[in-house]
Amino acid sequence: MLRRLLLLLLSLGACSAAAQTPEEKGLAIATAAERRDDGFGDFTANMEMILKNRHAEESRRKLRVLEREVPADGDKGLTLFDEPADVKGTALLTFSHKVNDDDQWLYLPALKRVKRISSANKSGSFMGSEFSYEDIGSQEIDKYRYKYLRDEPCDGKPCFVIERYPVSPNSGYTRQVVWLDQAHYRTWKVEYYDRKQSLLKTLTFNGYQQYLGKHWRAAELFMQNHQSGKSTLLKWSDYKFRVGLKDADFNEASLKRQR
Amino acid sequence: MYIGVTLSTLIVAGTAAADWSGSVALEYRGFTQTPLDDEQHRHYFSVAAQPEYVYALPDSKDQLRFVPFVRVDQYDSERSHADIRELSWTQVGDSHEWRIGIGKVFWGVTESQHLVDIVNQTDLVENSDGEDKLGQPMVNLALIRDWGTVDLFVLPYFRERTFAGAEGRLRWQPRVDTEQAVYESSRGRDHVDYAARWAKSWSGIDLGLSYFSGTSRDPRLTLGSDAGGNLVLVPHYELIHQAGLDLAAVQGAWLWKLEAIYRSGIDPAYFASTAGFEYTLSGAFDSGVDLGLLAEYLYDDRGDDSPSPFQDDAFAGVRLAFNDAASSELLFGIVQDLTSQARMFNLEASRRLGDQWKLSVEARAVAAAPADDPVFPIRRDDYVQLELARYF
Repeated sequence: MLRRLLLLLLSLGACSAAAQTPEEKGLAIATAAERRDDGFGDFTANMEMILKNRHAEESRRKLRVLEREVPADGDKGLTLFDEPADVKGTALLTFSHKVNDDDQWLYLPALKRVKRISSANKSGSFMGSEFSYEDIGSQEIDKYRYKYLRDEPCDGKPCFVIERYPVSPNSGYTRQVVWLDQAHYRTWKVEYYDRKQSLLKTLTFNGYQQYLGKHWRAAELFMQNHQSGKSTLLKWSDYKFRVGLKDADFNEASLKRQR
Repeated sequence: MYIGVTLSTLIVAGTAAADWSGSVALEYRGFTQTPLDDEQHRHYFSVAAQPEYVYALPDSKDQLRFVPFVRVDQYDSERSHADIRELSWTQVGDSHEWRIGIGKVFWGVTESQHLVDIVNQTDLVENSDGEDKLGQPMVNLALIRDWGTVDLFVLPYFRERTFAGAEGRLRWQPRVDTEQAVYESSRGRDHVDYAARWAKSWSGIDLGLSYFSGTSRDPRLTLGSDAGGNLVLVPHYELIHQAGLDLAAVQGAWLWKLEAIYRSGIDPAYFASTAGFEYTLSGAFDSGVDLGLLAEYLYDDRGDDSPSPFQDDAFAGVRLAFNDAASSELLFGIVQDLTSQARMFNLEASRRLGDQWKLSVEARAVAAAPADDPVFPIRRDDYVQLELARYF
């Protein structure tokens, strides 16, 4: 009797484990990864981009990034362009949304003009780099559908491999394969497949550091475009969390005065 | 007292940021046809410099900006000019911002013309597209609230529009004599103007309502004569009131735009507007290129009596952003007058060379302009402009 009950319980357990479909497990992993970064409040950081073409010729961009977490919706971000010199003073203001298209404004200092830009332009290159606007924007959960693929080591650690499918019809991708470590849910690698289903780019992460004892940020992101042979190395430095950024730091007036 | 406090803050913290940047440019303009006036030329070289100094106190609440500008033109004595584009002090509060000094403000959303934009005078000798502006002395208070941002301006000194000199191209025939400018206000250029704008953004929508009361930035031109007895045009600056509306709405790849003004205080009072859209195809032709398609309708209810060439016109344009490392861009547009059949062509393209140089090409042309069209005086002034700028 006891054995039968035990068997029943075991089979029930197996059933409920099997009841979690690969889609549910993929979503659960992505949700857990986002949960772990909740509550960062705000941060500022410097970013350098090193663009390389197939002849290994380099060009550099320098940017500053300010971001504020908005718990009910997406986040608010301000990106300030310092180099090259001709785009100095240009600034991009983004209000990300969980589901809807983001709101974006670009400030052009020569004309003192703030231009609303269509955020349907997701696949366009960010500053001529191998990162598109959708790669660099905030990765809200609801912007993808998910599927768990397998467990596999990455960067010498046990990792989950999940696949995600962009919801927006304007995305430049059909799918992305993401490697996250099981201990901290940090992303180590992303493969991007274009609209023709062929491998377009691979993004790898390096030099993770922990801030406020909780939030992991990579110091280097390297994007290799397999089709064009071009690459972009994105170097983050000077991360400062909870510097007290307010909503007032993310409006049209703040776009214009930043230097 | 206040200055004493900020200075001591500066000395203690010692992290005030001072920063020089700017550009120097060599420009060539070549006109494709012989000029209407013997005094004018076919080829013009000029050099221009616009350094920019920004000084920010360590509290990051106070900022000083100084942007002088100078151009030296080979022939045109009026285009050889200097200006203070900006010399202003900005102080940022939690929900307000003060700006005092010489500054520049842009209002508006459309591409083909800028009806609502009225605070700064146009530096017309710099570019006939009217997008270059002279520095405007101002006291500006911005109130930033949940219900929107209100900008209040007191504009204590008037800047006259610049016009090409006798040897310059892209000018009226006869030339405009700026020395003889006439004002409706007895206080002349010391008349104090006022302006205000309320603006608010929602998800997908930006709305602005503005009001201006003071000396018109657009002079009426009347025939006169100079000291030598030659015919000239004399600018008249009238007192006006102008209410303006600007609206941008984004819907996927569509960006809808509307600007409208109602100007009174002059005879006749009139209504004018520009309305249209920009549709962006990203990654067009299976490349990284963004293709923007633009269309706008330009209306002025004074019809043929309007001094503006845009009274019943359609604008169509193409914008290409190549999204390459050199930030290559191209904008081509045509404005077709639906009444007079006059047509204007406009091409602007640029790309970066290395990290610090930028090459820009601009070409403008006018076709089929009848004698009563406002663009008739520049019918032989089609040109190509090359500019090589170094940024630092």
